[in-house]
Amino acid sequence: MLNDKRIRIITGHYGSGKTEFAVNYSSKLAKEGKDVVLADLDVVNPYFRSREKTEELSKEGVKVIGSSIKGKGSDVPAVSAEINAPLQNEEVEAILDVGGDPVGARALGRYVNYLKDGKYDMFFVLNANRPETQTVEKAIYYIREIERISRAKVTGLINNTHLLKSTTVEDVLEGQKLAEEVSKETGIPVKYVSALENIAKQLPEDIEGEVFPIKLYMRDEWMS
Amino acid sequence: MAKVLMKGNEAIGAAAIKAGCKYFFGYPITPQNELPEFMSRELPKVDGCFVQAESEVAAINMVYGAAGAGVRVMTSSSSPGIALKQEGISYIAGAELPCVIVNIVRGGPGLGGIQPAQSDYYQATRGGGNGDYRHVVYAPATIQETVDLVMESFDVADQYRIPVMVIGDGMIGQMMEPVEFNEPKRRELPSKEWATDGTKGEREPNIINSLFIDPEELEVHVNERLEKKHAIITEKEVRFESYNVEDADVVCVAYGTTSRIVKNAIAKCEEEGLKVGLIRPITLWPFPDKAFEAITDKTKGILTVEMSTGQMIDDVKIAMNGRKPVYFHGRTGGMIPNPDDIVAEIKKIVGGEK
Repeated sequence: MLNDKRIRIITGHYGSGKTEFAVNYSSKLAKEGKDVVLADLDVVNPYFRSREKTEELSKEGVKVIGSSIKGKGSDVPAVSAEINAPLQNEEVEAILDVGGDPVGARALGRYVNYLKDGKYDMFFVLNANRPETQTVEKAIYYIREIERISRAKVTGLINNTHLLKSTTVEDVLEGQKLAEEVSKETGIPVKYVSALENIAKQLPEDIEGEVFPIKLYMRDEWMS
Repeated sequence: MAKVLMKGNEAIGAAAIKAGCKYFFGYPITPQNELPEFMSRELPKVDGCFVQAESEVAAINMVYGAAGAGVRVMTSSSSPGIALKQEGISYIAGAELPCVIVNIVRGGPGLGGIQPAQSDYYQATRGGGNGDYRHVVYAPATIQETVDLVMESFDVADQYRIPVMVIGDGMIGQMMEPVEFNEPKRRELPSKEWATDGTKGEREPNIINSLFIDPEELEVHVNERLEKKHAIITEKEVRFESYNVEDADVVCVAYGTTSRIVKNAIAKCEEEGLKVGLIRPITLWPFPDKAFEAITDKTKGILTVEMSTGQMIDDVKIAMNGRKPVYFHGRTGGMIPNPDDIVAEIKKIVGGEK
């Protein structure tokens, strides 16, 4: 995680778990003593956005930048000008939580001047249990479309295959198979395998990519 | 089929198409936008048709037309949009046509907010449209149940020639859960010989209509056709979940996602030795009056929990008919009830009678 580029962009198909990964990643990076800014660029979703966790994350040392329009109930897609700061300031670790699909990635386009080759990582979050990304072809379609719209390159895959709390190790390994095939076709490495802590413990040690245990920030207890 | 992970709104769309829905007419509004978006993408693949109408009023009238032609058709909206559709819903009910209407409820009144609410209970069960009409209202609590009920709604609508509404608060539309698609229990469905699908020169033209100028004729229509149908549906289609109701200290009543929060509160009460039951209406109309018959004299009170200022509580009081005091706990504006607050309310009821 410390070897990732200073600017990390989290993209993927709609509902693949980008926000949950971005929030966990930010929190973990802050625990390493880093100055972390999480920019919520989601202009697609009305619920379950990282900006809802501003307070909780600030206690963990993560600064969250949300919409420039205050009020968490707003669905007006207004990206804050504040987001320029962590992109320019080389002292901070910037994590951009981007809305799903090519349509969500469009919000990235305006930052293209900050996204120089070798200066950023763009991670593609993949959940093989989402109906639209169950095959190699479809997953690659989303990767290419997101790259085209954002004018940035995906530099790593994240296998985030799950069925929430009913996820099994087999689910993750099925997703891993898909991620590795996508990796073989595209040359993009599998960077992380994210899974709930109890599942992460049971994953084989030689799995491609770093096992990344997460907890569910975005899902209230009653939803289980 | 293996389970997939879907957002409620997408899953509703997928379920409708699996149930044979070919036509969708709607107008965007948060928090249900993923549903028309899904239909606009997926319906053309099954030779169906998606139209984004110029307004909700236009959309429901397109539904009226398509339903009259005998095809499976759906519309969806969120609270203020459903308010706009009420006139059309009354016409469709009056003309005895089958269709499925989805309401992903947000806070009101007026434009309100975009966060989850259950403040359209009156609108759904009493109707914002005019006249002595009813339509079936299903209120699922999980995405799986949403999928199952959406698929069955098309059959129920066809069986009784009645609009069926599936109502979920914003959470049902927005949250993700694992789902699988299973065929509903087979029903004997009548043929649609009333449909305006072309005479082909072989029969008299059919007419779709809700106008009966002759008062005697209208009374027969309302009493003999609509009201009798409502009685049969009330007899046969009531659905509810019931947990530990008999001899409970307190019985909670909640529907939709609120029932899941109440279940958490009940589990906390059980840890402290309290026996708390739950009645979860799955059909809001017809309301499961008979579920309340299982409540015994030992129960101190009924607690209705809603994301509103108290709407379903009226039906709970009718069902209880004064047998026990009925209390209320609710949050509004898109705020979600907290299990600890519900536990406190339950304890107040238990303690209050000592």
